[in-house]
Amino acid sequence: MHDDDKLIEKATTGEYRYGFVTDIEQETAPKGLSEDTIRFISAKKEEPEWMLEWRLKAFKTWQQMTEPDWVNVHYPKIDFQDIIYYAGAKKKPQYESLDEVDPELLRTYEKLGIPVEEQKMLAGVAVDFVMDSESVLTTFKKQLKEFGVIFCSISEAIKEYPELIQKHLGSVVPTRDNYYAALNSAVFSDGSFVYVPKGVRCPMELSTYFRINAENTGQFERTLIIAEDDSYVSYLEGCTAPMRDENQLHAAVVELVAQDRAEIKYSTVQNWYPGNSEGKGGIYNFVTKRGLCNGVESKISWTQVETGSAITWKYPSCILKGDRSIGEFYSVAVTNNFQQADTGTKMIHIGKNTKSRIVSKGISAGKSQNSYRGLVQMHKTAKNAYNFSQCDSLLIGDKCGAHTFPYLEVKNSSAQVEHEATTSKIGEDMLFYCNQRGLSDEEAVNLIINGYCKEVFRHLPMEFAVEAQNLLAISLEGSVG
Amino acid sequence: MLEIKNLSVSIDGHSILDNLNLSVKPGEVHAIMGPNGSGKSTLASVIAGRDEYDVNGGKIEYQGEDLLDLDPHERAHKGVFLAFQYPVEIPGVSMTNFMKAAINEKRKALGQDPVVAKDFLKMIKEKMALVKMDPKLMSRSLNEGFSGGEKKRNEILQMAMLEPKLAIMDETDSGLDIDALRIVANGVNSLRTSENAFVVITHYQRLLDYIVPDYVHILYNGQIVKSGDKSLALELDDKGYEWVKEEVNA
Repeated sequence: MHDDDKLIEKATTGEYRYGFVTDIEQETAPKGLSEDTIRFISAKKEEPEWMLEWRLKAFKTWQQMTEPDWVNVHYPKIDFQDIIYYAGAKKKPQYESLDEVDPELLRTYEKLGIPVEEQKMLAGVAVDFVMDSESVLTTFKKQLKEFGVIFCSISEAIKEYPELIQKHLGSVVPTRDNYYAALNSAVFSDGSFVYVPKGVRCPMELSTYFRINAENTGQFERTLIIAEDDSYVSYLEGCTAPMRDENQLHAAVVELVAQDRAEIKYSTVQNWYPGNSEGKGGIYNFVTKRGLCNGVESKISWTQVETGSAITWKYPSCILKGDRSIGEFYSVAVTNNFQQADTGTKMIHIGKNTKSRIVSKGISAGKSQNSYRGLVQMHKTAKNAYNFSQCDSLLIGDKCGAHTFPYLEVKNSSAQVEHEATTSKIGEDMLFYCNQRGLSDEEAVNLIINGYCKEVFRHLPMEFAVEAQNLLAISLEGSVG
Repeated sequence: MLEIKNLSVSIDGHSILDNLNLSVKPGEVHAIMGPNGSGKSTLASVIAGRDEYDVNGGKIEYQGEDLLDLDPHERAHKGVFLAFQYPVEIPGVSMTNFMKAAINEKRKALGQDPVVAKDFLKMIKEKMALVKMDPKLMSRSLNEGFSGGEKKRNEILQMAMLEPKLAIMDETDSGLDIDALRIVANGVNSLRTSENAFVVITHYQRLLDYIVPDYVHILYNGQIVKSGDKSLALELDDKGYEWVKEEVNA
């Protein structure tokens, strides 16, 4: 039908609202990657010797590995010698209070809508702000400390809490896990560290805001969250980057550890610059996120809303080791224009009576490609384990693609696996029906999309659910006409 | 209220409506009948603003305004309603949310505040009773898993909620059993006022026993070839379309 052609013709990006650059004096590592680069980063961070050794070992591992080619995304080969691996502000990077913060940075927060002014904060969200390779500010640190909760940058944690870091860093995502995890382990710059002690329910939402600002720079964040027995924490990350013509690499590693009866809720609203409507520029988002349900009855829940990046390659996973532990994955992945996403999850059932639930909602518009890739693995030991997966795809127009790759390995006959999948399309019929009832195209798409994503959105913390809805509306702006 | 003058419409180069004329005044009910493929649904779609059709000539005036200049949602805001022959299903969007969005968009266009939740619920309960719809359907996704009859009753429910000035019913009676037909017809009759008008597209005289038209038009080969009162519908029921075709082709 020629109407579908019109849908596509008019598929242009809604303006990316975070495409500005902050003018701040920065110090960068020389371009390229070698042992010297790693020594430079480690020295910049004033790291102890053991950390440097760990990084160098990871670098050797990485050199022996090859880039994965099984992913359903296409991009020119990355020149790892053409990337800057460290960019930090020249001035003192970590501030003790807001008064010390460079006003240029404060303006950046404001433009990004990050609530950093503690006195003005009503929502009760503590924020760690990471720009390029450095954490610049962490709010509510003192208040959290009173509860025994540690919330700081990973750089600070390496210096202040070496036992915790040495025990847990790389315990969930080993250095040699995959190509990008190895790279990250060698050159990671900053990220968040969270430690919730036994029996503590973290009194506020924790949130980290990642921002790529510098040119030609890769961001390699590292986040580690540990929840001891009977504790609870909810954590949210947000990401944006300036609009640039060249592609930038973001290769993060996130590790979560939940001990007996602990619960970690990890939410992501990913809005890296997706490239322009012709597919130029944008972030390559190659991320390894994994949670270990180490203790009995522990629970890890991933909720992600992925709207940005030129390419997204990420599978937040749960290793359900503790008996009766629970893993959840709720995902909305939107691709428009020339974006490519290959995302999903892995649920590794090891313990008895473990349960997992996967709800994946893919939305493709423009000429984008959106793949769900998920693995459900029931080990021999996973007696009475149960998984439910629901993978839905929604297409807007007929030049985009949706793909589903569910993998299933069951080695215990008492385990149960359920899988449901649907593909639907916002076609001309549906839009016209809504139009006839008084809704414009944009409103109709919003209503349909929000209905479609409802099940995922309700797992986001309240204040972010609204943000996610708006973000979705912006990402799909102009996708129908 | 509605003045269609010399309207010619085609799709992919095939002419469907050819110099069609129709005049509808407030308070009137017009029935449009005609054999398959005569252009009835096209007429309904063009009035509502579906854009897969090319309007090659003529005009549609609605309340003194050029209707063809307006987007479909703007036409809806001004009181044009189409009860669809095949209502779509919208997964994940509840009937309540859909209706609330529709009403509020209309109110916004008219410069009114959004509807108060309490008033909305009261109104929707009343209107559901009017078309004898199971209140449970309100929280279900729009039309998803609805029976054919429920979908059609839902169209009338939406019509009742949006209180249109010009309502076009595109074969609302097709696929309905006699009880559902009565319910739909009663719904429509209770909405009739001296201010609004109905254009009822149907294949069967049966519906017109319940919704009594002021005029009956026969559409054939893209033109209204014969108009009369309700006795014309009875005559068609009796004799079929052949005699009309012969008259036209003679």
